Amino acid sequence: MSKRKTERLLGLVVCLLSTRRYLTAEQIREAVPGYPEPDDLFKRMFERDKEDLRDLGVPLETGVNHPFDEDPGYRIRQQAYELPELRLEADEAAVLGLAARVWQRAELAGAAAGALLKLRAAGIEADPKTLGDDERSPVPQGIEPHLGTPEPAFGPLWEAVRDRRPVTFSYRAAGRSDPQRRELEPWGVVNRHGRWYVAGWDRGRNATRVFRLSRIAGPVKFCGPAGRVTVPDGADVREIVRDWDSAPAQEHTALLRVRTGAGVGLRRHAVSVQADDSAEGWDLVTTRFGDVSWFADFAASFGSDAVVLDPPDLREAVIRRLKGVLA
Amino acid sequence: MTALVTSTERLQRLLALVPYVMSRKVVGLAETAVAFGVSERELVDDLNLLWCVELRAPDPYCPIDLSYEGGEIVVSQAESMGRPLRLAVDEASALLVALRMLAEVPGLEDRSALSRLIAKLEAAAGEAASVSAQVAVQVDIPHDGAEGYAAQIRTALSAGRRLHMRYYVPGRDEATERDVDPMRLLVVEGRPYLEGWCLRAEGVRLFRLDRVLSLDVLDVPSAPPAGAQPVDVDQGLFRPSPGDVPVVLELSADGRWVAEYYPCESVTDLEDGRLRVVLRTPDTGWVRRLALRLGEDGRVIAPASLVTEVREAATAALANYVVLSSATRSVPGVMRAPCRLGR
Repeated sequence: MSKRKTERLLGLVVCLLSTRRYLTAEQIREAVPGYPEPDDLFKRMFERDKEDLRDLGVPLETGVNHPFDEDPGYRIRQQAYELPELRLEADEAAVLGLAARVWQRAELAGAAAGALLKLRAAGIEADPKTLGDDERSPVPQGIEPHLGTPEPAFGPLWEAVRDRRPVTFSYRAAGRSDPQRRELEPWGVVNRHGRWYVAGWDRGRNATRVFRLSRIAGPVKFCGPAGRVTVPDGADVREIVRDWDSAPAQEHTALLRVRTGAGVGLRRHAVSVQADDSAEGWDLVTTRFGDVSWFADFAASFGSDAVVLDPPDLREAVIRRLKGVLA
Repeated sequence: MTALVTSTERLQRLLALVPYVMSRKVVGLAETAVAFGVSERELVDDLNLLWCVELRAPDPYCPIDLSYEGGEIVVSQAESMGRPLRLAVDEASALLVALRMLAEVPGLEDRSALSRLIAKLEAAAGEAASVSAQVAVQVDIPHDGAEGYAAQIRTALSAGRRLHMRYYVPGRDEATERDVDPMRLLVVEGRPYLEGWCLRAEGVRLFRLDRVLSLDVLDVPSAPPAGAQPVDVDQGLFRPSPGDVPVVLELSADGRWVAEYYPCESVTDLEDGRLRVVLRTPDTGWVRRLALRLGEDGRVIAPASLVTEVREAATAALANYVVLSSATRSVPGVMRAPCRLGR
């Protein structure tokens, strides 16, 4: 960190905020201490400073005071700079404090902390303690949701979605041995069941696609300028991911023999459970399922505590699984 | 930590510091330092830097005037820096995403403060918020019938009462009965959890709400021991302890999901998209179940005792099918012929 740079940038902000007229680079150089003498050094430094301010979100405007002015000038309009007036009720402030803690040490934690600092600077106390004695917090004590972003792809994809930039990455689809190169126009990032997904337009497949961030292998790279991605009207990324991730409808029925006192996981969602008159120590369990392969895996995990009687394809699939263990 | 602060990060802090003091008229050095996460010494450096800002043209002047005598900060002049900078896209999004997620948390009976705050922040953030709405990072929490349990837990938390619950442990395929003194209702990795002192385990435990089989609020005061430490969920939910058994698994491309679902100590890529993973667990029962489920897509390599256990379990399970294969196949609900079952 350079103290001189901080001083210079601060001077630049104050200078441009306090002017109504556009100031040329030359006028700025005269007003703000800390710029070097040689023209080329000054120019380079001034360009960097402008970039730094824009990165911080300072709305730096470029324009001329008079149509005949040759050099462009700069200013910061106070109205564009300032956080608008914002008043929060005590219960709203309590919720704000909780929201800022959601990210904890995850990717957007710094951004959340930055936002909270600005709101505090606007006079808001984001602390549940500000509630009066007779007021109840809208979020009871002890409710603490957290969001983690362990996938390294989250950061670049978030930026891509924010800046509407297409990306490319290599992706290992479920059950595929080799990762494949994909080019995506990302529309949104969604967390579902605690896992992160990105949905968008897959340029290679010419179709809407969903990718799980944990299956992205290696870096995510931008492959186009900002603003190149258009999210179609009515596209609901959450809906897209939900459709992609959802278990198929449970339209099949299975009949199993389950050892009495065992197979709790199979009985939990059973349609009916009855003692098996023909086999002592066993119950007959009827349950619904969606996908044969998934349910066969599940039933196999109960080992000798469960036997699938029907349907035949499910029964065969379980036997295949078990033989696979011994293969 | 502060040594890594860049010039622009410090600038951000300075731009917030002036309005922070002004909106409070007078504010103590110590409490301000805490609010900004800096030492008092660093704060004084910041204040000095602000006070020293000088503009030279057209006439030299100092735009900021402040004092911090007697530990109280007062800003008497600050030109146009009296308000904080508006929210950046990332900042607005981080809060709005978190708030929309809170609105999804089961067991909240009053969501009006949340919706009011979301509306106010969207208005204040202006364009920054509109970007976040279009390209939202969204959080979808499955309820799976947890809403009712969450409401009961919430009641128990605010009334300070003990819970009795039947809880399903999939690793052992067991329905367990336990009394729990509730501590927190958490949402971790997108799922709601109850954190509480389990009287049966004599320790702090996390319970997934979608595995609760039944729940009762008891007429007994909740009394977690004073030393009961909340779980630091950011370190991950599963932490191996030194006494745990290392388990080595080899997975086919179809079995790679295991590495995504279970915390692995190490993951090594083999040829053909295969993986070798090492897990640590105090109880290998669930690994046996996992191995049965994986079939040929996963193989236990070590420990040898578990390899044998898995083979025996598969053999016993197959024996049931062999005995049954000669019997008449049944149709759902109707048993046509009695079947013999081997043990």
